[in-house]
Amino acid sequence: MEDALSLARAQFGINIGFHILFPALTIGLAWFLVAFRLVYQRHRDPAWLATYKLWVKIFALTFAMGVVTGVVMSFQFGTNWPRYMTTVGAIAGPLLSYEVLTAFFLEATFLGVMLFGMDRVPDWLHIVAALLVAIGTTVSAFWILALNSWMQTPAGHVRDGDQWIAGDWSAVIFNPSFPYRFTHMVIASGLTASFIIAGLSAWRLLRAPLDSGAARTLRAALVTAAVLAPIQIAVGDQHGLNTLAHQPAKIAAIEAIWHTERGVPLTLFGIPNEKEKRTDYAIDLPYGASLILAHSAHARLQGLDAFGADHPPVAPVFFAFRLMVGIAILMLVVSWWGAWATRRGRAAPRWMLWVFAAFTFAGWVAVDSGWIVTEIGRQPWVVTGVLRTAQAVGDISGAELGASLTGYILTYVLMFIAYIVVLTHMAAEGAREGPPPTSWPATGATARKAQ
Amino acid sequence: MTMDLPLVFMGLMGASVLAYVVLDGYDLGVGMLMPAATDEEQSVMVSSIGPFWDANETWLVLGIGILLSAFPGALAVVLGGLYLPVVAMLVGLMLRGVAFEFRMKAHGWHRELWNWLFWAGSFLASFCQGLMLGRYVTGFATSFGHWLFAIVVGASLCGGYVLLGATWLILKTEGELQRKAIGWARWGLLWVALGVGLVSLATPLVSATVRERWFDFPATLWVMVLPIATLAAGLWLWRSTGRLRDGALERHGRPFAAAAAIFLLAFAGLAYSIFPYIVIDRLTIWDAAAHPSGLRALFIGAAIVLPFIAGYTILSYRIFRGKAKAGLYD
Repeated sequence: MEDALSLARAQFGINIGFHILFPALTIGLAWFLVAFRLVYQRHRDPAWLATYKLWVKIFALTFAMGVVTGVVMSFQFGTNWPRYMTTVGAIAGPLLSYEVLTAFFLEATFLGVMLFGMDRVPDWLHIVAALLVAIGTTVSAFWILALNSWMQTPAGHVRDGDQWIAGDWSAVIFNPSFPYRFTHMVIASGLTASFIIAGLSAWRLLRAPLDSGAARTLRAALVTAAVLAPIQIAVGDQHGLNTLAHQPAKIAAIEAIWHTERGVPLTLFGIPNEKEKRTDYAIDLPYGASLILAHSAHARLQGLDAFGADHPPVAPVFFAFRLMVGIAILMLVVSWWGAWATRRGRAAPRWMLWVFAAFTFAGWVAVDSGWIVTEIGRQPWVVTGVLRTAQAVGDISGAELGASLTGYILTYVLMFIAYIVVLTHMAAEGAREGPPPTSWPATGATARKAQ
Repeated sequence: MTMDLPLVFMGLMGASVLAYVVLDGYDLGVGMLMPAATDEEQSVMVSSIGPFWDANETWLVLGIGILLSAFPGALAVVLGGLYLPVVAMLVGLMLRGVAFEFRMKAHGWHRELWNWLFWAGSFLASFCQGLMLGRYVTGFATSFGHWLFAIVVGASLCGGYVLLGATWLILKTEGELQRKAIGWARWGLLWVALGVGLVSLATPLVSATVRERWFDFPATLWVMVLPIATLAAGLWLWRSTGRLRDGALERHGRPFAAAAAIFLLAFAGLAYSIFPYIVIDRLTIWDAAAHPSGLRALFIGAAIVLPFIAGYTILSYRIFRGKAKAGLYD
């Protein structure tokens, strides 16, 4: 039983960690596409059209990855966690179904129009299609994060027999952590998309330095990232304070606070030792945690000892959190630096293009670490205080789970390699043929050089 | 007014599954037909399903979403009983979905590889769906005969999807490819006739419940409408493809309509066999239904949003009406 539970969790976790990469890109990218399409409409510059066409293809590819891995996830709710649905299905079911009804069909249908409809529908409808797809991706994030936040910080639910039902739907949806989590995720998606666009545009510029379209796309992505990164850090901080109020055990695990005390130091790095209940090789900032979390050097913080056995495993949450924050800070530095270096049409130097290319998938690393923090941080509960993960699991045997897990992993590895190869090929494709024709001259040094 | 919400959602789930089977059925069928076509024809074939396949697959997500939300009591039995075929189907759907996108961007042996995976994934997903249906109808019985029955259903569903795919191509293509598609459709129809015949004869044998349902005079006389109408749709399909082959004036959408009618009728027969069970002989839809408060919330959303979905789905098929051309993706 223990094995089946671990396998069911590993399978669901791997699937969700793989799936989240694709929506994390498409939510942000969809809004970029609206912008690219509108700029093309206004200036009629073929370089922007080329940008739109390249990125709409990448969007379609990413969306397809999201759809097929999402189908798997919808089945895994039933196969891996049937008792989740029988216990809280009256709340989770409608939220999941609303996502399908209000978002998935909208996205899937109008993506076809975006991709193939340009010469079949009037301009306004083509723009509306892009807008509807972007709205669809965001609405889908709304419902899924409403459900996820409810599982983290449940509210508005009442008990009826052995089930939990919604007493107040607006309290269920707008539960305490939802506004923070939703904002945090949508901005994360904007940053993920910005860095992928910047990275692949840099990749293209490394092969075709004179491509003015790629230079402008790079600039647009860097500026967006430079604006979003500091906002994200502020929102993340607020999200953390919200977690402290509602899920103190998660914060204790994140900061590896073993004992409840006053004036808690902030552990920058170390190796949590769960057996001995201490952090080995810790590098501490005195009073740091109390200052950051309670804005007072001598504030008292609850430690893991306050929760008995009901706290998440410390090491994964501790490390993933540091990875996420570390990458976020690097993303801030790279985006500001890049936005400065490309100001008023300046071309970024070659070595800097390599830095952008290296940071292409930085957003993905941050998103997946963030998900590890929040989802492992919720354990041992699947719905905090309501349903334990161990109670939600089904009767699928360990052997069946193991076999299917192997199948899934092989498929994911194949899909992922192919996706990355195709993405980099598409970004570099045609680069040797020189820049696309531009009728919007002299927007900057790169464009001048091109002429 | 009180509504029997489990019944409403059974109808809605049935409608989603039927929409899925007909819509994704044609693009899975096109996938299975790929090896029979030349490079250029393959390009037209993928162009004919390109704008639609994502949305087609969404009907499966809606169907499973309704099962999760409206009938959670059946999850452990249904998805537990079908676990490995479900996983194999999902792997097939993933492979074909991404292969479809990747093959556009690949050249040389890469494209060959993705073509092969597109075919293999389409075939695996179709076969597993049929296998699941076969296992489901027998209530997950595990004897050799029951497995054999499920395998026959799997093969028949592949034939059915090939028929849908071929008739879709008759509608969306012209010239040599359309002529080929007529041939494929006629082969597919023979295959379906054999499959439907075998399954119809075998289902009463493997399930006592189904047997009683169908051999219960005088109701039997009424439900004989279903097999007779199925036969008529099959003959209609045979005749219209024959006329097309001979170059007679015939609407190109007619064979697809006839194929969809066969699926609709087979589905109605299945529903008649099983209702009101969601797990045959074990759980009725009312036993498995979710809490009424969840069902009510779900119903409100579905009632508001489904008309819009239907509306823009029709809009999308209108925008992309007419014959598909090669190179949609270039």
